[in-house]
Amino acid sequence: MNKPPRSWRSWLSSLWLVALGLLALGWTMPILWTLAVSIHSPDEPLSAANLWWGSAPTLANFSQAFDIAPFAQYYVNTILITLGILAVQLVTICLAGYALARFQFRGQNVLFFLIMLQMLVPSSALIVSNYATIVSLHVFDTLLAVMVPFFGSAFGTFLMRQTFKQVPRELDDAARMDGANWWQTLWHIYIPPARPALTAFALSSISFHWNDFLWPLIVTNSPSSRPLTVGLAVLTQLGEIGAQWPLVTAGTVIVVGPLLVLFLVFQRQFIDSFLHSGLK
Amino acid sequence: MPTDSLTPPGRARLSSVALPYLLLLPTLFFITVFTLWPLARVVYGSLFLQNQAVQTPRFAGLANYQALAIDPGFRDVLTNTLVYVVVTVPLSAGLALILALLLNREFRARGLARLAFFYPAMLPMVSAATIFLFMYTPGYGLLNVFLSFFGITNQNWLGTPSQALPALMLLGLWKQTGFYMIFFLAGLQALPHDIFESARLDGASALQTIRYLTLPLLAGTTLFVTTIAVVNAFETVDQVYIMTGGGPVNATNMLLFNLYETLFNYLDVGKASAISVILIAILLIFTALNFFYTERNATYE
Repeated sequence: MNKPPRSWRSWLSSLWLVALGLLALGWTMPILWTLAVSIHSPDEPLSAANLWWGSAPTLANFSQAFDIAPFAQYYVNTILITLGILAVQLVTICLAGYALARFQFRGQNVLFFLIMLQMLVPSSALIVSNYATIVSLHVFDTLLAVMVPFFGSAFGTFLMRQTFKQVPRELDDAARMDGANWWQTLWHIYIPPARPALTAFALSSISFHWNDFLWPLIVTNSPSSRPLTVGLAVLTQLGEIGAQWPLVTAGTVIVVGPLLVLFLVFQRQFIDSFLHSGLK
Repeated sequence: MPTDSLTPPGRARLSSVALPYLLLLPTLFFITVFTLWPLARVVYGSLFLQNQAVQTPRFAGLANYQALAIDPGFRDVLTNTLVYVVVTVPLSAGLALILALLLNREFRARGLARLAFFYPAMLPMVSAATIFLFMYTPGYGLLNVFLSFFGITNQNWLGTPSQALPALMLLGLWKQTGFYMIFFLAGLQALPHDIFESARLDGASALQTIRYLTLPLLAGTTLFVTTIAVVNAFETVDQVYIMTGGGPVNATNMLLFNLYETLFNYLDVGKASAISVILIAILLIFTALNFFYTERNATYE
């Protein structure tokens, strides 16, 4: 066997580390630059020679961004939308998951298949009809319009069905013998051990709907119902503002800053939830 | 036999028969109204002409599909989408695997390096696209400034038809790779340690170990990552809306953006329905192939 000498190999592996470090630095550049330019004075033009925070860093861009766009309102809307969707989903998926995990009934497989179809058909491909539905229900440009298509979740239902199936049937029977009705059984026997799965579902649902863009873009038309993503797009697309990068980057920081801070704090949980969910 | 006066047997049985249906009702209701019915409606609607010229829907058979088939603009859309999928999926999954292999080893600042690659996955695509719009600015955009050190002159990435789609792909790569890397890292950590120990004792080189042990053992993770990467890539739309509007000259127009503009800019409901059906069909065919491939491989495992 002809192995390279030890010093050679450690040299090679530190070369890998340097390459990896440079790549990681490159990966971080976009956000570092955005942060730097967001405090760049609007009176100083950006140029190849004056790329970062400039000679007089300022928070003026942030106050101007808040003046032009109602980011506080957008935040409230986004929070209401994500939590509203989640609250309804938690109820619907627990009920449906329980039915599919612990009951035998006629048409069970057909109903399960119909629900699972939602996982195969992307909701974004159904905007033609869902937009028409929202208009005919007279809820266009409301928070409800942004939320309602997601109240039923095939993924969540599937997840709860699998989780509830792990609960020993004897526990269920014992609770019934003690006179518990179905919702007491669900609440006391099934929900507690399902908490990790519910948390994972919650985090992935929140991050999906927090970031969603196309659907809210279509069904909202005013600051009172717009989420952050659409609000940022509106700010970026304002013709005369488009080129004012310090302002636009400040808007971007307003949108992503709290997310990044939350992520830094709850890194582990976020990554676990991504691992559990995959799709949405 | 004592009878329960509170719940007569007949009523008890009836309610327990109805119970599972009642539990499923909310989910079935929302999925019927916002998935099943819309699905039927786009398929049906794609057979009708309904646009600004034809206000009341008129049955037209496959006319919308025929119009799309001969439309060179739609051919661009299909080509762009397929090119985007075929290029970005292997690149981002491959890079994610390499990063996971490197970041699975012990070294200082490992957590920081993982963070550097993963954070883009946390950002909304709209914000990431805004940041990259800025990165690509001609003149002082960070990408041009960086490339000027290597003697590459100022480029208008998003304004040049041959460069705009690659520019969107670079954003996709930056945004998604860290997300896929996490799955590979989890896959790597679940692998049995003793096999690798014996491979090392047998004198297998690092590359041999990866080729003959790690990659085959990670096949399941790879399939999973590839599947979500393909679905994500087919649904590319936010960055097109923010960065290029499908241009220049249709160079970055993709299926979902084309669906959006057909419906809201050209107000052609019939054609938009046909595009929806095509998008859904592509994804269903992909899922079916994926399913059969997995089933076949599962039988001799």
